[in-house]
Amino acid sequence: MNTAVSLTSREEIEVHRFSWPVSIGIPVLAIFLQVFLRVRFLTVLDLPLLVTIFFAVARRRPIPGMITGALIGTLQDAWTGHPIGLFGIAKTIVGYLGSSIGVKLDVENPGSRFLMTFAFVLIHRFVYMAISLQLVGGSEAWIWSHTLLSALVNGLAAVVLFAGLDKFKLRN
Amino acid sequence: MENFFTRYKNPLALMAVLFIQVVALATQVKRPEGAKPGSTGSGTRLIRVWTVTAFTPIEKVFVSTGRFFRNGWHDYADLRGARKQNIELQEEVARLQMEQVRLRQDADQARRLQALLDFKEKFITKTVAAQVIATSGTEQSRLITIDKGSKAGLRTDMAVITPDGIVGKVKDVFGSSAQVLLINDHDSGAGVILEHSRLQGIVKGTPLGELQINDIMSDEKVETGEHVITSGGDRIYPKGFSVGTVIAATPDRDNDPFLAIKIKPAADLNRLEEVLVITETSDNSRTASSGTEPMRAADILSQRLPSVPKVDPNAPKTPGGGQTAVPAAKPSPTPTPANANKPVSPGTEQKTAAASGAAKPSTSTTGVAATSTTVGKTGAEAKKPSSGQNQSPTASAAATPAQPKPTPAATGTAATSTVAGKTGAETKKPSSGQTQSPTASAAATPAKPKPTPPTTGSAAASTVTGKTGAEAKKPSSGQTQVPSGSAETAAAKPKPTPKKTATPKPTNSSTPDQPSATPTATPATQEKPPR
Repeated sequence: MNTAVSLTSREEIEVHRFSWPVSIGIPVLAIFLQVFLRVRFLTVLDLPLLVTIFFAVARRRPIPGMITGALIGTLQDAWTGHPIGLFGIAKTIVGYLGSSIGVKLDVENPGSRFLMTFAFVLIHRFVYMAISLQLVGGSEAWIWSHTLLSALVNGLAAVVLFAGLDKFKLRN
Repeated sequence: MENFFTRYKNPLALMAVLFIQVVALATQVKRPEGAKPGSTGSGTRLIRVWTVTAFTPIEKVFVSTGRFFRNGWHDYADLRGARKQNIELQEEVARLQMEQVRLRQDADQARRLQALLDFKEKFITKTVAAQVIATSGTEQSRLITIDKGSKAGLRTDMAVITPDGIVGKVKDVFGSSAQVLLINDHDSGAGVILEHSRLQGIVKGTPLGELQINDIMSDEKVETGEHVITSGGDRIYPKGFSVGTVIAATPDRDNDPFLAIKIKPAADLNRLEEVLVITETSDNSRTASSGTEPMRAADILSQRLPSVPKVDPNAPKTPGGGQTAVPAAKPSPTPTPANANKPVSPGTEQKTAAASGAAKPSTSTTGVAATSTTVGKTGAEAKKPSSGQNQSPTASAAATPAQPKPTPAATGTAATSTVAGKTGAETKKPSSGQTQSPTASAAATPAKPKPTPPTTGSAAASTVTGKTGAEAKKPSSGQTQVPSGSAETAAAKPKPTPKKTATPKPTNSSTPDQPSATPTATPATQEKPPR
């Protein structure tokens, strides 16, 4: 009971909203940059995932968070050669977890943002691999070094990116 | 119950969304492969079409704008060295033109020889140039998007190349764009041949984006740096395109009896900007033929020899006429008139042939042997268009009179060397089982009549025995190898007796109805060598 009170009070205090142009424009821009900027570094950096985490954590509402993740992931899937849904499912789960965890943790701190993103990248990768191997029958290989490097890079990028995106928040 | 839904609203919503997505995913995975091509507007793929269609115009604007400014600067920078570069290019063009003449003649003969084998080759007849406008953006999928689609005639499974090598194949086609699956994607594959060892395999992408061949046995010798080309067996990539070079060949720990051969792609797959899509190919198996009547290889070659009087194949033969091994067994189309009687070997090759022949006399083969060599190879080997093939006959015929003391065997050796595409060292080695081409002997006969040991009538046998044991075991149209040593003999004492050299060998299984090459080859030695 105490927990519920705590959740409610925290949600009332720190829930953020975003304008429609930002809600649509930022994810689209992230996908656009990820896909069209042919920079090798960007293949390690997963901008759509970072945006998904940011919106999910900031809104702190699981349903909008997972819908945001689902939409971003599905759009991202369209550019891959894989069946559509791999990124969609992975980012849906990340969006849901991000929204849920945002209620319980202080996600404004750079350190927690780094750790949170680091963990979400691993989760995202794990879910993606699980779906790819079990459902689609893909032949992906889990490479620890590469995955950890990707998580590290994305975690560091999240600290910078989230600080910039904080300016678009509309406080109640 | 209402309390339950209220309490677990979020998890239930999550499960519902995931369920929908999994069902959608399963629908795609279970879609029959046959329904895929061309079904760009059906079912779940519609989202892909919409997304790509929505983003493509924006990206085109970005790309074209950026390219405009970048090209403007490059144009200015390039002009600075244009004059010097122009001079260099003109020299290069002149050199290439000369080389083109030689290569054209090489190609003519290669086609003729291919025609002898009913060789079918795919030629590219139409390509579409396209610009890369996007990538997949992830490492899990190595895919690029190009700015040409079905409106430009693109279809799925078309090969995409660059001048450096193959890039991939078209995976999905939209109206004004298409997605290309790169060859280093782990879902990709292409049939390849290692250029020197002629080993065939399938190159596939790895999860790390490398190219690897996994189906070559570990007892095969694969050297780093060896060039890898497409085999054409996958019916997507035409044969002969560069794939890359071998950078490592180690035993595959996961796949024990096989090698893990890593390939460095010839095309820079990470920096693609412009690509060519092969939209049309054609089978060409009769480029060398214009007539309908089959013609024997000896007749074709007699036409190709310079200043050789045309011999009627039905005319009575001399008893020991130089025989060609294979052609009689396999009717072949007549060559094009334009190529008939044309000297096919440029002077440079003649010099090479004469020089190498004079350096060390060895097995004697003439132009006829050249044909036999090619025909005597296995299908895979013979299908390889060897650029040097047409040098041999003329080289031997022409080089003989040019040399003050040419040994027929020596010239023949040079010819064999060129034809087989082997190194000089290989062909200079007189193998113990070498046989001689009677044609070679016959060619030298009038000039220097000196007895030579009996030889076989098969030039092909001569060539085959000049190879390694393994190669000699390859099907060679029934040539019989007869130990002769006459090559060395003829070289050392170049005074063959016409009758001896003309004696046909009954052991040659492919000689019964061969035309006499003796009258055709003999005058050639007395003629002035062609340029």
